[in-house]
Amino acid sequence: MACCESVMMQATSRRALLLGGASFAAWAYLPKFARAADGRDPRFVVIILRGALDGLATVAPVGDPDYAGLHGAIALRPDGPNAAVMLDPFFGLHPAMPEFARMYRAKQAAVVHAVATSYRERSHFDGQDVLESGFPGPGRVQSGWLNRALEALPKGERVVSALAVGPTAPLVLRGAAPTVGWAPTALPQAGDDTAMRLFELYQHRDPALASALTQGLQLEKQARGEDMKPKPGAGGAAAMRLVARGAAKLMAADDGPRIGALAFDGWDTHANEGGPVGRLAQLLGGLDGALADFESGLGARWRDTVIVVATEFGRTARINGTEGTDHGTGTIALLAGGAVRGGRMITDWPGLKPANLYQARDLAPTTDLRAVIKGVLHDQFGLGERVLADAVFPDSAPVKPMKGLVT
Amino acid sequence: MAPGATMQPSANPPKPPVEPPNIIQKTFRAEALARLQRGVAADCGFVERLVVFWSNHFCISANKGALARMWAGSFEREAIRPHVLGRFADMLKAVEQHPAMLFFLDNQQSLGPDSRAGLNRKRGLNENLAREIMELHTLGVGGGYTQDDVTSFARVITGWTFAGRNGQLGAPGSFVFNANAHQPGPQQVLGKTYAQDGIAQGEAVLADIARHPSTAKFIAAKFARHFVADDPPPALVAKLQDVFSKTDGNLRALATALVESNEAWQAPLTKMRSPYEFLIASGRLLARNPEDPGRYLGGLNLLGQPLWSPAGPNGFPDTSAAWAAPEGMKLRLDISAQLASQIGDRLDPRDLLELVAADAASPETRRTIERAESRQQALALLLMAPEFQRR
Repeated sequence: MACCESVMMQATSRRALLLGGASFAAWAYLPKFARAADGRDPRFVVIILRGALDGLATVAPVGDPDYAGLHGAIALRPDGPNAAVMLDPFFGLHPAMPEFARMYRAKQAAVVHAVATSYRERSHFDGQDVLESGFPGPGRVQSGWLNRALEALPKGERVVSALAVGPTAPLVLRGAAPTVGWAPTALPQAGDDTAMRLFELYQHRDPALASALTQGLQLEKQARGEDMKPKPGAGGAAAMRLVARGAAKLMAADDGPRIGALAFDGWDTHANEGGPVGRLAQLLGGLDGALADFESGLGARWRDTVIVVATEFGRTARINGTEGTDHGTGTIALLAGGAVRGGRMITDWPGLKPANLYQARDLAPTTDLRAVIKGVLHDQFGLGERVLADAVFPDSAPVKPMKGLVT
Repeated sequence: MAPGATMQPSANPPKPPVEPPNIIQKTFRAEALARLQRGVAADCGFVERLVVFWSNHFCISANKGALARMWAGSFEREAIRPHVLGRFADMLKAVEQHPAMLFFLDNQQSLGPDSRAGLNRKRGLNENLAREIMELHTLGVGGGYTQDDVTSFARVITGWTFAGRNGQLGAPGSFVFNANAHQPGPQQVLGKTYAQDGIAQGEAVLADIARHPSTAKFIAAKFARHFVADDPPPALVAKLQDVFSKTDGNLRALATALVESNEAWQAPLTKMRSPYEFLIASGRLLARNPEDPGRYLGGLNLLGQPLWSPAGPNGFPDTSAAWAAPEGMKLRLDISAQLASQIGDRLDPRDLLELVAADAASPETRRTIERAESRQQALALLLMAPEFQRR
């Protein structure tokens, strides 16, 4: 792949971009934006969190009387040490996200709560299919909604020559419109979460391999000079920031891609999710840092930027027996960027009373994620309601674009 | 030529033309690519498995030197592959007369002490090839041969060599019998006297060793250990030994007997896939036929099974313990995660599990894959599942 490096790739640190369980892909063309007349040169970034983010732990409804009981030991508190950062009297932001809190106060970030795709089962793969394909149901993996949105834009000149042989672009950006991106070329470390899952399988099915794997992992940790305590997420957080930094640098350039998609793994917090500190906190810290890296890396372009952070579904309202949460339904979406009409909690809060929970276990979704994305695509790129309802999110005419998300 | 070289004043005499890019490494990689592509794309993987088994049984090491690296692929193509469904005696002869084997086990240096060359140069026998033929290729340790048999046999095969680059003895690099290096006179091996002249003497000994009962026993046990279990069922070994003997070493009959035996099918999945088997199986599952051997060769080096380069003439180990090592498992996991990240979410690991194990998948494995947080993670876990790591 070294043969395909471009000047742009050398401008940023190639090595830095090739790390970890995070990936970036971007559109290679400069769209002739409908709004070019007003001098804006909009940027749009989609960050997919794979594994299902616990929205109730990230933006906690601390004012809901049922929240603390349901989320138990890992619930955020409005006061005391490691308190949640109150976004309004009802919702508190996870303390691992100070940058997002700052953006929120600066009215450059917003939270959509109790949101979900149209998917109502609990399989990660199918849920990610729906989230990224934009189709109402799973199994459609040929193209993603972001790519179909690109097809609907009037295509301008190509601004990014082949950066590298493309990696596997996230489904959301896969399709007929050409995209570019990066793939890890060095041998990365498998994630701690993957190793833990494999270890559990081996414990049940293959004790000999379990023993070999544990020893192998410990040897490796010693070689890296770390203690034996697993540090889930730490590597992932660093990788998130590196990829965000590189992506921002590319997208800030005058001849850089305007639209990009990233996917971060590791959000499937079934056990020891942690509260204000712990596993999820580390991941959120990585995401928070990635958002800040986009802000600083995009420089003057931040003003015209919208970042949407979305996940395939939420997690159970009540914690499980291993201080984690299982697959659920309603969750959050985050908006950040200078173009976001921020400083707002956008929600039709369903409440957490048993009768209000979806199937008596999950935060009930009251907002369709497609409405949020449609609203951004409409405001940012001038895509019409018809094309959004037919091509970008097929069969979604009843889901109207949310208004006023972008300044 | 180094960039600076052209800057030198021409005080030194002009150097001979620069040698072409390393032909040895190019050849090795081309041969490796052909082997890997066959492994990944073969309709019937079993025959490729047989090639790998016999190639490891009759191994050479490319690390022996430039010639061995150059010939490693052709050795397998010419001496092993044509015979995996043929006769053991034919494979044995093709192997022991192949320049790669003669070089690997030093027979081109072995001179009959009373041969013309031996007398002239005051040098003599090298027993290396003779010993390994008996110990590793045919009879096995404890197979009934003595040191005297080894020495006699070494004398018998003196003169088995290959033509050098000056072509005095024949086309450079081809097998030749050098009568000048051959120990004259009859020799006694395993209680039988061989009075033939020249190359026929060694060929007669090889033919007899090939059908020796110890060879049948040794091959049957090794074959069953490779394909069925580290400690294979004695009844199966006995059956294979019987087939080998009765068919005069018909390897097609041997393979068929294995496939038709109940023991081979009833045995639990206890054998650990070797690194080669793991990487090839991954390539087959994910339809990743290599266009360049680098990735596979790198993986094999990393996992301790460099292609055609075992540490000794006994080949790579063939027991699970050798491959289920801590460092190896950690590296397999890293490789699986990397492969999965390259495949992305284009394949559904649940479908792949059906291909890999179908009804044989354990509920735990099925659950682990279904609950993975992404297709990438599920694929990495599938590649690492006991159902995929073991066979």
